Amino acid sequence: MFRRLPDPAAIVTFDFEGATFDACEGDSVAAALLANGVLAFRTTPVSGTPRGPWCLIGECHECLVEIDGEPNRQACMIEVRADMRVRRQHGARMVAGWREE
Amino acid sequence: MRCDGYDVVVIGAGLVGGAIACGLARAGQRVAVLDEEDAAYRASRGNFGLVWVQGKGVGRPEYARWSRASSERWFDLSEALVEDCGLAPCYARPGGVVPALSDDELSDLDSMLAGLGQAAGNAGYEYEILDRSRIRELLPACGPEVAGGTWTPYDGQANPLKLMRGLHASLVARGADYLSGARADGIQPLPGGGFTVRTARGAISGNKVVIAAGHGSKALGAMVGLDVPVHPEHGQILVTERVAPLLDHPTLNIRQTDEGSLLLGASQEDRGFDTSVLARTSRDIAHRAVRVFPCVAALRVVRTWGALRVMTPDGFPIYDQSKAHPGAFVFTCHSGVTLAANHALEASRWVIEGRIPEEMACFSTDRFDVSQAA
Ligand SMILES: Cc1cc2nc3c(=O)[nH]c(=O)nc-3n(C[C@H](O)[C@H](O)[C@H](O)COP(=O)(O)OP(=O)(O)OC[C@H]3O[C@@H](n4cnc5c(N)ncnc54)[C@H](O)[C@@H]3O)c2cc1C
Ligand code: FES
Repeated sequence: MFRRLPDPAAIVTFDFEGATFDACEGDSVAAALLANGVLAFRTTPVSGTPRGPWCLIGECHECLVEIDGEPNRQACMIEVRADMRVRRQHGARMVAGWREE
Repeated sequence: MRCDGYDVVVIGAGLVGGAIACGLARAGQRVAVLDEEDAAYRASRGNFGLVWVQGKGVGRPEYARWSRASSERWFDLSEALVEDCGLAPCYARPGGVVPALSDDELSDLDSMLAGLGQAAGNAGYEYEILDRSRIRELLPACGPEVAGGTWTPYDGQANPLKLMRGLHASLVARGADYLSGARADGIQPLPGGGFTVRTARGAISGNKVVIAAGHGSKALGAMVGLDVPVHPEHGQILVTERVAPLLDHPTLNIRQTDEGSLLLGASQEDRGFDTSVLARTSRDIAHRAVRVFPCVAALRVVRTWGALRVMTPDGFPIYDQSKAHPGAFVFTCHSGVTLAANHALEASRWVIEGRIPEEMACFSTDRFDVSQAA
């Protein structure tokens, strides 16, 4: 669906749900995933339907993924780094409540 | 659009004017609603979305009763909006909690609710004082600093943006004319009764006029002999990322929306007509939120904004009809979400009947008249 412009940037590799993907240095995580053919980044907390990036400028929160274990990150606002571990965001982030010992 | 011949011209289409106009249109009145542009001051699009009763009406039992009646009527308002336009404002009334961070705070809350209970007399006032363990049953996310809290069954929450949208869609569906970019600059009482309102989109006439223009009400009121002493009070709100259901009950300053965001609010500052956001205010709001619910510290804040409450000197609503020019009404309050159901389903009838009921006389502007108070 998306094709890269001829780009001299260096290649970095990262992990997406167990698969190793190539990205160009300077890519956002969203751009890197789109270039690798991933269109659905998350499922919504409200209806569970799949969603992918829409605005690509940090406004719409459609591009949420889990990065290095941290949920609800905006893939379009974060630069991909070598060996990053990226997963889809499934539904709402779970928050651990407070427990008194 | 008609150029004249309206039964009622409503000035202002925030939650107050929108609700009144919706009620009027539902009752078959021919209504024009005048509103400003997108960039206007509009508390209705910057509020916290609580339908809140707990603690309201200290020193004014009529206000306690009025707020409580509206939280009851809200179910009917929801139904009416769904019927008119299919838009549900997501009202839920699971009862609300005020958490206390010290025993002193808790005993202050306790005596306030005891006083309200007493003032309620036969109508009763159901509430519960929550000890450390009981509040954790209702809200397990409470942190170790929470000493207890209070609960009443009357408190709830809605989605205020969906409410606003629903009121507008409903009044249009019921045949009212909604005119944006039609700021009212003058109200001319006509010799034989009725009014002509001068707007950027031409003159519009009606038998009656309702001033529900938020901060614009002061200037408009003066044109028909009503003194409307409202002033802006700045409130700031932080919104977190959406998370799985965490809070089953709204609290006075922290609630979870139907879509999962946490709203953290709401400051009270005197900053004139300034809606900007201050970092130190955000810090104070976040700080208190984390003391109540420590897990909030892990959440990202995705939005923050400031908005201006439409405040009266004593904090109670103003409902009045001009003595000099009968047929000219003013409606304003600082809890337009809570009172939306009353405004749509009850107060709109006062306009049609041309009379504000006796038991509502305590909300007239007469109370600010120093010569009367003396
Ligand atoms: C931070 C904050 C939190 C709040 N939280 C809650 C809450 O949890 N629960 C609750 O019940 N309430 C809450 N409120 C209060 C609630 O938002 C207001 O009571 C309500 O929105 C007031 O509605 P309004 O229609 O009177 O005023 P506004 O929303 O200010 O609307 C006034 C309208 O009149 C129009 N207007 C002004 N002048 C003219 C003119 N000359 N001609 C034509 N149109 C004109 C404006 O364009 C605007 O559309 C909160 C408010 C704030 C600021
Ligand atoms: S795509 Fe809109 S915020 Fe990332």
